Amino acid sequence: MQTTNKNSVQRRHHATILPATRITHAFERAQNEERGILIPYFMCGYPSAAQSIELVLAAATGGADIIELGMPFSDPLADGATIQHAGHVALERGMTVNGCLEIARRVASQCAVPLLFMGYYNPILAYGLERFCQEAAASGVCGFIIPDLPTEEALPLQQAANQHGLALIFLVPPTTSDDRIAQIVKTATNGPGGFLYCVSLTGVTGSRSAISTHLRSFITRVRGYTKDHNLPLVVGFGLSTPEHIAEVTNYAEGAVVGSALVNLIDQHPESQQVEAVKKYIESLRKR
Amino acid sequence: MQTYHTKEAGTYQHNLYPDERGRFGPFGGKFVPESLMTALSELEAAYLDASNDPGFQLELQAQLSTFVGRPTALHYVPRFSQMVAPNIKVYLKREDLAHTGAHKINNALGQGLLARRMGKKRIIAETGAGQHGVATATVCAMLGLECIVYMGEIDIQRQSLNVFRMKLLGAEVRSVGSGSRTLKDAINEAIRDWVTNVETTFYLIGSAVGPHPYPRIVRNFQAIIGEEARKQVLAQEGRMPDMVVACVGGGSNAIGMFYPFAGVLDVQLLGVEAGGTSLEAGQHAATLVAGRPGILHGAMSYLLQNGDGQVLDTHSISAGLDYPSVGPEHSYMKETGRATYVSANDATALRGLQALSQSEGIIPALEPAHALGYLLEMGNRREIPEGSLIIVNLSGRGDKDMLTVAQALNVTL
Repeated sequence: MQTTNKNSVQRRHHATILPATRITHAFERAQNEERGILIPYFMCGYPSAAQSIELVLAAATGGADIIELGMPFSDPLADGATIQHAGHVALERGMTVNGCLEIARRVASQCAVPLLFMGYYNPILAYGLERFCQEAAASGVCGFIIPDLPTEEALPLQQAANQHGLALIFLVPPTTSDDRIAQIVKTATNGPGGFLYCVSLTGVTGSRSAISTHLRSFITRVRGYTKDHNLPLVVGFGLSTPEHIAEVTNYAEGAVVGSALVNLIDQHPESQQVEAVKKYIESLRKR
Repeated sequence: MQTYHTKEAGTYQHNLYPDERGRFGPFGGKFVPESLMTALSELEAAYLDASNDPGFQLELQAQLSTFVGRPTALHYVPRFSQMVAPNIKVYLKREDLAHTGAHKINNALGQGLLARRMGKKRIIAETGAGQHGVATATVCAMLGLECIVYMGEIDIQRQSLNVFRMKLLGAEVRSVGSGSRTLKDAINEAIRDWVTNVETTFYLIGSAVGPHPYPRIVRNFQAIIGEEARKQVLAQEGRMPDMVVACVGGGSNAIGMFYPFAGVLDVQLLGVEAGGTSLEAGQHAATLVAGRPGILHGAMSYLLQNGDGQVLDTHSISAGLDYPSVGPEHSYMKETGRATYVSANDATALRGLQALSQSEGIIPALEPAHALGYLLEMGNRREIPEGSLIIVNLSGRGDKDMLTVAQALNVTL
């Protein structure tokens, strides 16, 4: 494994606390400032490996609390057209699991924002669960979000993640029954759960114009199962505007923005993308 | 780099799998977004309930008889047998004679009746060659259900006749332009639709693939092929066959034929995959021959993937076998040694198609032509002992493939 000087400094800096604890600290900081946390998503390798690093750093400068790094997969069945396209381009341009780890290392050596990998299970399985967790932890990653890994199948990865202090974060869609919410919370709390990712809508990723009117009651329902655990609730899928973020963080601890960022990147020439991302993140944080 | 240990597959156990987790040994499972987990549990409960309901079984049997035209014949083909090897007997299980021209209708009918029983009025399906799309559109027309079929752009081009049939039957065909624009991407898009409309929609999957309980449901609706063949071969020959052969893409015709014979260990099970133009990556669809375990479309199974876990493109002359994974029960049968899997390339399939057409007056689909062509190759290699009794599952008829075959034989129509 490659090790740069900066990298080892970073690792020493974080050596005393578990990676997943850095997620918890991000929530505590935001709570002290009486605001929700903001989690932007960037696809590793989109529009290019080098540029994706610059965009992530711009988001950190703009005020991102945690950053999701998308790992591209050939068959992203939980993603809408926007993220599908970004992943397709990233793969065409040669992005790999090793490439994603390298992007995480480079980002972590330049900023302290906790990083999460969001990707599908097969590339991780092919890489080797133990090897992947070990290298992710060493690269400054704090946890994973795997949309095709429900609780029933999560044990092997969760065990490997636990050994390296990484959080395995589960998704909860609005159609989930009470029984299953209880089961997801129970599984999440078998390790450092990080947070619960509450899906705002029934469907795949992608920007929507309005937030579901049922979202607030859905979050309240989930809260009934998490209140005895230190498991914050974050809302994602379909969010794009400062108004969305403001509304959602009234009743959840945080919000994720993904496809809207890819669209924003697509609307700007490469030379203006860094500034556009920074301003956009600032606009979301202001509320 | 492979972390996967296939030793846990152990020895073949008939009737034991899938277990409660939807596993066949280490294969199968439910690797899907959380939003589908409840729907899969409901489907499983509804399926078990229907299985135990004599009324449901009675209606299924009646429709299989008068709508599908079952039982299909087990037909002896002496002239083709002679082409394969001297003094052997080859029988064909004539699924090409089922309504709509292939075995796909067995499963589409079963799941269609199940959907109606569950009160779902919107049916989605994926299709590669178009046979499953046609079968689903047919059943939906008969049952009065809305039908949406996802189909890759490339498959729409090469199977235009089936696209027209689906539309004529009242289905909506949605073109899929993402990824490799073939069957695997049509399944991705169908799953995305299901995630979005899960409460109103029934996903009528076409092969023994996908998350549990689909591989089990599809196997059981297709097992009528092997059940009939068992009775027929005993009646006609007074003994079990030495070998049963079927083509394998996703593997629904093969598992339907194999499963009822699998408990009889003397019967050799041979699955023939699509060898495409060569066994180089991207040139074939021989998953069990050239792949390694991985996860696609909700199941752990053999998978054609690169070193980084990305799914590879596939090629086959037959759109119906053009799929980079395979039903998890086939992976289990391979790992335990209960079945053997080989590949036949495009040219071999064409030879099989021509040989059966000219020797027996039956034009097979390109998919089972892989099994026929492989038998001819085995015969050339003198691998088939005298006195052998062989059943080939003739899973579909060749009408849909005439443009492709003409092109491959340099004939302008």
